[in-house]
Amino acid sequence: MENKLIMILIVVIGAIAISQLVRVYELTAKLRKHGEHEIPTRDNYLNSKLMLAFMILQFGGFIYLTMKYGWTGRGPAASVQGEATDWLLNLNFVIIIAVFFLTNFLLFFFSFKYVKKPGVKAYYYPHNNKLEMLWTVVPAAVLAVIIILGLRTWNEVTSASPKDAIQVELYSKQFDWTARYAGGDNTLGKTDYKLILGNNELGLITAATIDSSILAMRQGAGGILDIKKLLNNRDTVLTDSLTAVLRKDLGSKERLLRLLTQMKSTHNASLDKHAYDDIIQKDTLYLCVNKPYEFSLRSKDVIHSAYFPHFRAQMNTVPGYGTRVKFTPNKTTAEMRTIKNLPTFNYVLMCNKICGGAHYKMKLMVVVLEEAEYNAWMKGRAAKNFKATYFPAPAAPAATVTPAKDTVKTAMN
Amino acid sequence: MASAAHDVHSHDHHDHHHEESFVSKYIFSQDHKMIGKQFLITAVFMGLVAMLLSILFRIQLAWPGESSDFLNFFLGDQWAPEGVLKEDMYLGLVTIHGTIMVFFLLTGGLSGTFSNILIPLQLGARDMASGFLNMLSYWFFLLSSLIMFLSLFVMNGSVFGIDFPGEWGTVGNGPAMAGWTVYPPLSALPQAVSGSGFGMTLWLVSMAIFIAGSLIGSLNYIVTVLNLRTTGMTMTRMPLTIWAFFVTAILGVLSFPVLLSAALLLIMDRMAGTSFYLSDIMVGSEMLTNHGGSPLLFQHLFWFLGHPEVYIVLLPALGLSSEIIATNARKPIFGYKAMIGSILAIGFLSFIVWGHHMFITGMNPFLGSVFVFTTLLIAIPSAVKVFNYITTLWKGSIVYTPAMLFAIALVSTFITGGVTGIILADSALDIAIHDTYFVVAHFHIVMGMSAVFGMFAGVYHWFPKMYGRMMNNRMGYAHFWITIVGAYGVFFPMHFVGLAGAPRRYYDYSVYGEFDTESFNMIMDLNVIITVFAIIAALGQLIFLFNFFYSIYRGPAAPQNPWKSNTLEWTTPVEHIHGNWPGALPVVHRWPYDYSKPGAAEDFIPQDVPLAEGEVEH
Ligand code: HEM
Ligand SMILES: [Cu+2]
Ligand SMILES: [Cu+2]
Repeated sequence: MENKLIMILIVVIGAIAISQLVRVYELTAKLRKHGEHEIPTRDNYLNSKLMLAFMILQFGGFIYLTMKYGWTGRGPAASVQGEATDWLLNLNFVIIIAVFFLTNFLLFFFSFKYVKKPGVKAYYYPHNNKLEMLWTVVPAAVLAVIIILGLRTWNEVTSASPKDAIQVELYSKQFDWTARYAGGDNTLGKTDYKLILGNNELGLITAATIDSSILAMRQGAGGILDIKKLLNNRDTVLTDSLTAVLRKDLGSKERLLRLLTQMKSTHNASLDKHAYDDIIQKDTLYLCVNKPYEFSLRSKDVIHSAYFPHFRAQMNTVPGYGTRVKFTPNKTTAEMRTIKNLPTFNYVLMCNKICGGAHYKMKLMVVVLEEAEYNAWMKGRAAKNFKATYFPAPAAPAATVTPAKDTVKTAMN
Repeated sequence: MASAAHDVHSHDHHDHHHEESFVSKYIFSQDHKMIGKQFLITAVFMGLVAMLLSILFRIQLAWPGESSDFLNFFLGDQWAPEGVLKEDMYLGLVTIHGTIMVFFLLTGGLSGTFSNILIPLQLGARDMASGFLNMLSYWFFLLSSLIMFLSLFVMNGSVFGIDFPGEWGTVGNGPAMAGWTVYPPLSALPQAVSGSGFGMTLWLVSMAIFIAGSLIGSLNYIVTVLNLRTTGMTMTRMPLTIWAFFVTAILGVLSFPVLLSAALLLIMDRMAGTSFYLSDIMVGSEMLTNHGGSPLLFQHLFWFLGHPEVYIVLLPALGLSSEIIATNARKPIFGYKAMIGSILAIGFLSFIVWGHHMFITGMNPFLGSVFVFTTLLIAIPSAVKVFNYITTLWKGSIVYTPAMLFAIALVSTFITGGVTGIILADSALDIAIHDTYFVVAHFHIVMGMSAVFGMFAGVYHWFPKMYGRMMNNRMGYAHFWITIVGAYGVFFPMHFVGLAGAPRRYYDYSVYGEFDTESFNMIMDLNVIITVFAIIAALGQLIFLFNFFYSIYRGPAAPQNPWKSNTLEWTTPVEHIHGNWPGALPVVHRWPYDYSKPGAAEDFIPQDVPLAEGEVEH
């Protein structure tokens, strides 16, 4: 209803404005003689004053917005790397804001001051090599400083993680995130997209997962045998287009099967242990404060981007191509809540590369814990590693969820 | 001069066959002035479409999920049931908005219009080197515009119920939805988003045609500049407008073919089952067999065009404003040679900076460092240009035509948008703000506003040349002040939205509502303000439209040289004629910037006036 009113109001005002303008136009057109196109001195002066007024508005708007929101609106950085880049950001802001004020001031002030005055001729001043040199060299010098400091920080934040960094994989797909911790050996098991099946959602490579994928490809529902049966069935008549689709599907599946069989023949089963102790975590990413993290990023379908606004970290996840990002969180969730004075605050991982309709909802909560809390959580979680979820013991007692989880919960609240 | 003779001949010929002459004069015209106007009108239409799309999605951003009749009216029940925009159509609107603005309004429209009108007129040529190719370039542009526009109406793999056979059609709803950068795999897989079906096919076909047209046009501009300058018009006596169009055309010729090849490879991946950009992908539960391709290959190819494209959009605007600022400040442009040098430097550097769009794609960090270095180098010639403009105003005698207002505003947006580029070019800082609204603010101000202001400045300044009539100045002033206040009101706060952490291409920011209410409140406050300014700015354009179309038919007749300008186009008769000059071509004796030269009687000396006794050229 409100919107309707606004809309009607806008249309009405627009219509009135146009009809007024037509009238103004008709009047001014009548007043003018043909072929006379001097801009009246009054118009010149008015516009020159408006130039100055606009400058004040622009500067005032900038100052107002900065006072109200600051230039890092998302609060202080929550990681060691983020603090380094924030420091650099502040320095760069000081430089560019100075340039912004200086050059805009000169531009608008000259526009105001040098408006045409009757009887005053412009100063013929085609060039001055010294001046031009000056404003080539000064920006170059300032940029040199910016480049040197920038690259130093860039090298720091993109360099290899220390050996003992905690390995975590972030896996993206339309439209959610899955984290995988490397488990006790701190080594992530290897993966292949062809093994994604059932409860092996991330496609971990082990002798068993290869076998079940081969089986499913061959005999599973919609597998090769099924398709062949359909194609060869003389009792049902398939339309041409359906046959074409089925043949294409059969072709791809046979090709995938060949690749899977190849994988099986070269598989080294002694590496399976790296995969079996991995821990897959879907709803929340828990991190330990002050520990360096090395994230390996992987994507199932399209490009996504792992964007941690509060840690000032971001990296694309690219299908078929592994990427990495590292950071060391240095404020726990609880600390950040106090700093921001916002008891409901939580860190978050978002998707920041357009990836489809629900792109804007693709997120994962991130919780940074004190070391003791984190270890307690991890201890409880370790029992439900990949091996345990992949081969669910038929009669396993449900009590594998240790009380540690509850401790975490209470720490969180 | 063979072409001149031909023109005169065909002119006579037309007088005898009246019906034919309407078609060849207004429709299949080979006259550069008419073709320029055709580009302008087409671009104005496309620009309006893109502006309307932006208002539609801005309404969603400011009042997410609220029902709006305005949305329902324009998008219907399919895309805005109950007046609420669908989330995938949000992406479709953003994508087509960006595509139209960058390519159709500011590439085809800006350089197409003014290169066509001004290159022959300011160089003293009878027409473009090839009138036929010139006409072809417009028709390609028109065809691609129509296809892009129609792609908005894709439904179940067809447009208005017209079916397309085989792999071309049958799937997909809505236009391309992968952003104007159409990164695969999202753009390659119809399963991934509804716009990657037939909508994406139309996008690719439209762009391929657009690129072909743009190449033909650019080659024509280059040849004309090199070969058809009148006697005395040396390269260093050319107006800066022509220098800008010339370098723009070279950038286009060198970079657009790369986009064309990127698009062709994408078409192959979509239709022929190749794997240029695809590897190890599973969409939903469908396992693809593609292996070995790289999505990053597309990004490299795209941005190899994409960055020069920024300057393809910007340089013509800077060229136009150089001319307008010198004329209306009644002063020579300061540092003419340095201005040429910086246009050339910017043109060259723009080819080796594309990686700054890819700092966080997993590109080797060392390579990233190289791109940081080259990108920041571009700031130097840009700074030179800005200071030269400012010095041109110093001690001038400024006449405020609407064109002059827009030209000065362009310098302001070039500064305001340019300085934030320094932040984004610094890879370490880009990590935290890449793909946020900070970027949206940056490129709208430095590229969008600057180029649009340049285009408006050009229209107001050369309208008398195009239509033989004057536009109304007072309406021009009203249009200018509403536009600059509105546009700053839209794009300036976006910096703060981005710094608060808001990603771009988001349908709404409810995620911050859940996790960080402080950022959320800030984002939502500003989003409402931005949308209100956007609506004001959009309404302001109605003043321009009215003034433009009204003046075409009813504006007062233009004198021959209304702005007392030095360049050659003002020596042609007001009435358009084939071949531009009724008699011999003008001969050039001086540079175009002899304004307020000491010792001269008037404060301007046109280029075809011989040097006086004892006068030195600047
Ligand atoms: C009425 C004036 C305009 C408004 C209100 C407006 C608004 C916006 C907004 C809010 C977005 C970001 C949407 C998102 O990322 O979710 C956007 C995207 C974009 N706009 Fe504009 N814009 C306007 C004019 C222009 C102009 C003149 C240009 C010319 C350069 C332009 C080029 C683009 C491009 C290239 C994108 C990116 C599209 C994408 O993300 O794929 N816009 N516009
Ligand atoms: Cu995503
Ligand atoms: Cu760029």
